[in-house]
Amino acid sequence: MHVFRYYSTLVSSYIYPCVCVCVCVCVCVCFFFFHRQDIMKWNGWGYSDSRFLYNKKGQAEFTGKRLLKTTFIPILNSTAVQVPTINEAFVEEIKTTGIPFSSDAEDRVFRGHGHCLHEIFALREGKIGRVPDMVVWPSCHNDVVKIVELACKNNVCLIPFGGGTSVSSALECPPEETRSIVSLDTSQMNRILWIDEKNLTAHVEAGIVGQDLERSLNESGYCTGHEPDSMEFSSLGGWVATRASGMKKNIYGNIEDLVIHIKMVTPRGVIEKSCQGPRMSTGPDIHHFILGSEGTLGVVTEVTMKIRPLPEYQKYGSVVFPNFEQGVACLREVAKRRCAPASIRLMDNEQFKFGHALKPQVSSIFTSFLDGLKTFYITKVIQRLRPQPLVCGHPVVRGDREKVLQHEKQVYDIAAKFGGLAAGEDNGQRGYMLTFVIAYLRDLGMDYYLIGESFETSVPWDRVLDVCRNVKARIIRECKDKGVQFPPLSTCRVTQTYDSGACVYFYFAFNYRGLSDPVHVYEQVEHAAREEILANGGSLSHHHGVGKLRKGWMRETVSDVGMGMLKSVKEYVDPSNIFGNRNLL
Amino acid sequence: MENKAAYSHRDPMLKKRDDFEDILEERRNSSDLRYALRCYTPVLYKNLIPCDASALKTMVLQSDQVHYVISQVSKETGRTAEDLQEEASGIVEEMAHRLQLSTVRFFAFALSKVFKTLFKSICVNEDGIQRLQQAIHEHPVVLLPSHRSYMDFLLMSLILYTYDLALPVIAAGMDFMGMKVVGEMLRMSGAFFLRRSFGGDKLYWAVFSEYVKTILKNGLAPVEFFLEGTRSRTSKSLTPKLGLLNIAMDPFLKGEVFDISLVPVSISYERILEETLYAREMLGVPKPKESTSGLFKARKILSEDYGSIHVYFGQPVSVRSLAEGRVNRCQFSLTPRHIPKRASEDVQTFVNEAAYSLVRAQEENMVLKPWVLLASILLQSEDLDRGIPLAELTEQALWLKDLCRQYGGFLHWPDQMTPSEVVSSSLTLHHGLVRVSEGKVHLALNKEAQAGPVTPEEQVLSRAVPVISCASYRNQALHVFVRPALLATAVHTAATNNKQEVYNTFSFLRNLFANEFILCPNATVQDFEEACFLLEKTGVVQLNEQEIIVTHRGHRTMGFLSRMLLPFIQGYQVVCAFLCEEASDVLTEKEFVPAVRTFLIKKLLAGTLRYPEVLSSDLQKNALAALLRLGAVRKVKRAEQTSLKVNKVTVNSLEDTLGGKLPTPRAAAARL
Repeated sequence: MHVFRYYSTLVSSYIYPCVCVCVCVCVCVCFFFFHRQDIMKWNGWGYSDSRFLYNKKGQAEFTGKRLLKTTFIPILNSTAVQVPTINEAFVEEIKTTGIPFSSDAEDRVFRGHGHCLHEIFALREGKIGRVPDMVVWPSCHNDVVKIVELACKNNVCLIPFGGGTSVSSALECPPEETRSIVSLDTSQMNRILWIDEKNLTAHVEAGIVGQDLERSLNESGYCTGHEPDSMEFSSLGGWVATRASGMKKNIYGNIEDLVIHIKMVTPRGVIEKSCQGPRMSTGPDIHHFILGSEGTLGVVTEVTMKIRPLPEYQKYGSVVFPNFEQGVACLREVAKRRCAPASIRLMDNEQFKFGHALKPQVSSIFTSFLDGLKTFYITKVIQRLRPQPLVCGHPVVRGDREKVLQHEKQVYDIAAKFGGLAAGEDNGQRGYMLTFVIAYLRDLGMDYYLIGESFETSVPWDRVLDVCRNVKARIIRECKDKGVQFPPLSTCRVTQTYDSGACVYFYFAFNYRGLSDPVHVYEQVEHAAREEILANGGSLSHHHGVGKLRKGWMRETVSDVGMGMLKSVKEYVDPSNIFGNRNLL
Repeated sequence: MENKAAYSHRDPMLKKRDDFEDILEERRNSSDLRYALRCYTPVLYKNLIPCDASALKTMVLQSDQVHYVISQVSKETGRTAEDLQEEASGIVEEMAHRLQLSTVRFFAFALSKVFKTLFKSICVNEDGIQRLQQAIHEHPVVLLPSHRSYMDFLLMSLILYTYDLALPVIAAGMDFMGMKVVGEMLRMSGAFFLRRSFGGDKLYWAVFSEYVKTILKNGLAPVEFFLEGTRSRTSKSLTPKLGLLNIAMDPFLKGEVFDISLVPVSISYERILEETLYAREMLGVPKPKESTSGLFKARKILSEDYGSIHVYFGQPVSVRSLAEGRVNRCQFSLTPRHIPKRASEDVQTFVNEAAYSLVRAQEENMVLKPWVLLASILLQSEDLDRGIPLAELTEQALWLKDLCRQYGGFLHWPDQMTPSEVVSSSLTLHHGLVRVSEGKVHLALNKEAQAGPVTPEEQVLSRAVPVISCASYRNQALHVFVRPALLATAVHTAATNNKQEVYNTFSFLRNLFANEFILCPNATVQDFEEACFLLEKTGVVQLNEQEIIVTHRGHRTMGFLSRMLLPFIQGYQVVCAFLCEEASDVLTEKEFVPAVRTFLIKKLLAGTLRYPEVLSSDLQKNALAALLRLGAVRKVKRAEQTSLKVNKVTVNSLEDTLGGKLPTPRAAAARL
């Protein structure tokens, strides 16, 4: 029954120094994947024994069971968890199917939250609200069909759970829900069912986690190329349900471009297309009811997606611009000429420094990385030095060697027109490394009165600069108004380019000393920042989704009629609201 | 309704205001030359993108908006794009400022000399200067001074130069450009010139709005313009003009800057340089064309004493916080921002209300001198020829001083002097308007007596000159009293204690006088409550759920307040009477003022009119505007001319209502 997982090969394909750090920690760990909370933190990001902490000497350490002796794993106080509301009939019938389930407090708490700041903060404080009453682990499509049937029969609320990396409060259980809430954990549905080399497609179960999918495909010489920042933990089903975007979408496309066929189990039955044609003119694409449905209509069980041969060669690079405006102008030009490399990102000056602070040295990668961290936290966040006008864009180019070099030259030529100077591969790599450590950093921050979060939007080209400037300024002003005593960290980067616009990420953190309710302040600031984004012509979300966090803005985003259309679909597909996580609508 | 709470129970007495510092004092004690040549290093906008005047012109001409409009106009009119491009660069050349520090230094030197002889002091609130400095650093700034004199913008630049603040670029009327040398000098001291009217000239509008927006967006300099659009000849604030304010708010509404600070500036003159000039203009002597030689002729004013000037830099108003919850900025995200679009209704209402609140902010910080109170009292005297005994005037002035302060007026009454000293020094300063003989104070009505044969009509006009000048000083205090005065008049006219009926009359009067005084649109209830609050606080009335009862000791205040508005009421009444009795079907808009004037002179000579003040063309024009707004008069375009079509029934009933012969029509939305 128990699935064993071997993590030694985990992320060996990565060349980012930081991710290497993560690998060190997890070398040769064997564990039950069933109980993920044994290796994953239930109250923070990532693996449970991987965390940053300040030791007595004032240095930051990255701890891990097998690396250092200090281990500190907070133990969940089970009595703080509400007694589960069990639907006896449902449990009895589940038992007869042989599908594993549990009502254990730890299992339930782990699946009752995503990774929004307020969720993590509450857990760290030991505050546990409404959590699922039960967890089930289907292992294939048919299991899901059975579970959904039983749920409908017994009027049980189902909440699908994939990687648990939601940042839109999508996994929070609605407190007003009186029925028994069952978390449907898809983690056991993690097989690649077949690979079709003629059509370059692979048929995969939706519970598979990003890094496993890539690793397995790599073994056969393929990849999907879909690499969201959360790919260490997020699942294929989750990507489909939230309209995810990967950093290399310029070559491979976003999730909606990658899927060929989706199978979803709904209370009305299974929805799927009859063939795998690359494009169809058969009315509105039913995939688009599923993509972004955020678990409100059913469970995605199997997906056929495009695969590509592994690239022969890939190269990182970076360019430094005299200012952010020039950087944006360069990205716009790159997008205009449609010569964007696999990934291209532009950080503002503050983030460039952040990345720089994490710069490893050849002699001792680890110490210098930590020194860097320390420098960053001490000088940049806590004291805030005056920034220099430096900005960094760092393209990743993929493909065959000659083409890559040619492509690289083209990008650098454009950059040069905008005053950009090539700044080497190291800086480029570091730019991507930041992506993966940022969530761990947040946990370290919280130990030192720092809370922070990132959020994203998409915006037309002509408004990129305006959105960046105004949102950053709004964050600073709101923090000041809400009584935050130290200047906050308010920074942004442009992470994706499209023909008509770009995706912009904001990072924001502040020191909450002296605030009685920091999370509330945080939420107010984030709310204000989102208002500002919308007022400046940005979208509600580029790829994080709406969840419950942003659903207040849905109506103005999609218009009344749009809301009505979505509602009527929900009403038809799930009339008794079995998939009752109340996201989106 | 949101502002309601903010207004209703704020005691105007508790208004905090800054202290003043006299900038002329230092000029009297140190070298003007050294002052003019000193090191000038102002604080600039933090995100400033520096660019010189010619680069600015290029930016404007190459902007998306100008390009778009050129192609539009080209399609509409068939003119070539090159042709239009040339026209556009002609417009920019005609308009653009050429701010030069050397010119400003010259003005600083010359104006210091002139101001020292003209004025006792120029007082500036230094805290306001500090706030302004910070605002300039943080956000693009728009300076909004009140406009009472030609001097206003030179004075502003001089003050900013004195305090080492960024020099503004100033929107000036094209009429200044006629003054050859001076026009160019003004241009070099930061003025840019606008045509007074450019009708539907899309290209002109595009170039000009882009010019202002480019300066603001890049934070090149604070932009200064007059909300009132022109100098107020009557010292009353004028209904704000929205064009430039619309343009100035646009970069914020479209997200091109994080915020814009609007800084209302109140400039109050103890004695206005142009006082007689204005009065004559009101009476139909046309205003002399601005010319350089005219300016030199005006130099005889140098020998006169014009008292002091107070300049109060108000609290910077953030456009962002004004717009919070009022304007949905998403509306701008569906069309490219460079395509000119008519402002939506919510934006129009927002800009209009913002403009009113800014003018009110200017009014609030206008410094009132004792003379303002004296003028108000003198104009109310039973017989203008006989005047008031000095002692009585002093007593009344002291009483009014307290009332004015209680109503929140920013009164500068020198408390260290005895009341009679204060009164006599005020009378001395305004010796041209007022005489003291045999212990009585009266207006200098016979000053204008000319040699040679004088027709009775001319005599009436010349007697009106000092009255109208005097009224302009009283007008300085009108904003303090206007709401309580409207209420007092309403109580009188309604002749009942019933609160609802008084409110109806109040609402009627307020609506009628909306062109006359600064009364924010859609704020009738707030204004009513504010007036009730003030009158109740000062013990003039007692209020309960249904009634407003005038107290025994309140009659004096009530009388004073309603007498204050009487000239206006009589003026509107008599304009109505004229339209009913005299107006022919072919009365054109142009003929209106002269025709009313002839009618009024006849009435004044016959002794049926009490207030010579009604001869003011300003009042007549406002009355006509109100009647047009209320639909009692319509404009009919006929060939070249616009004639006025009078609805005699409506006008007649308005006249009767004003005279108290008819009850006021029920107010549409009385929510009390």
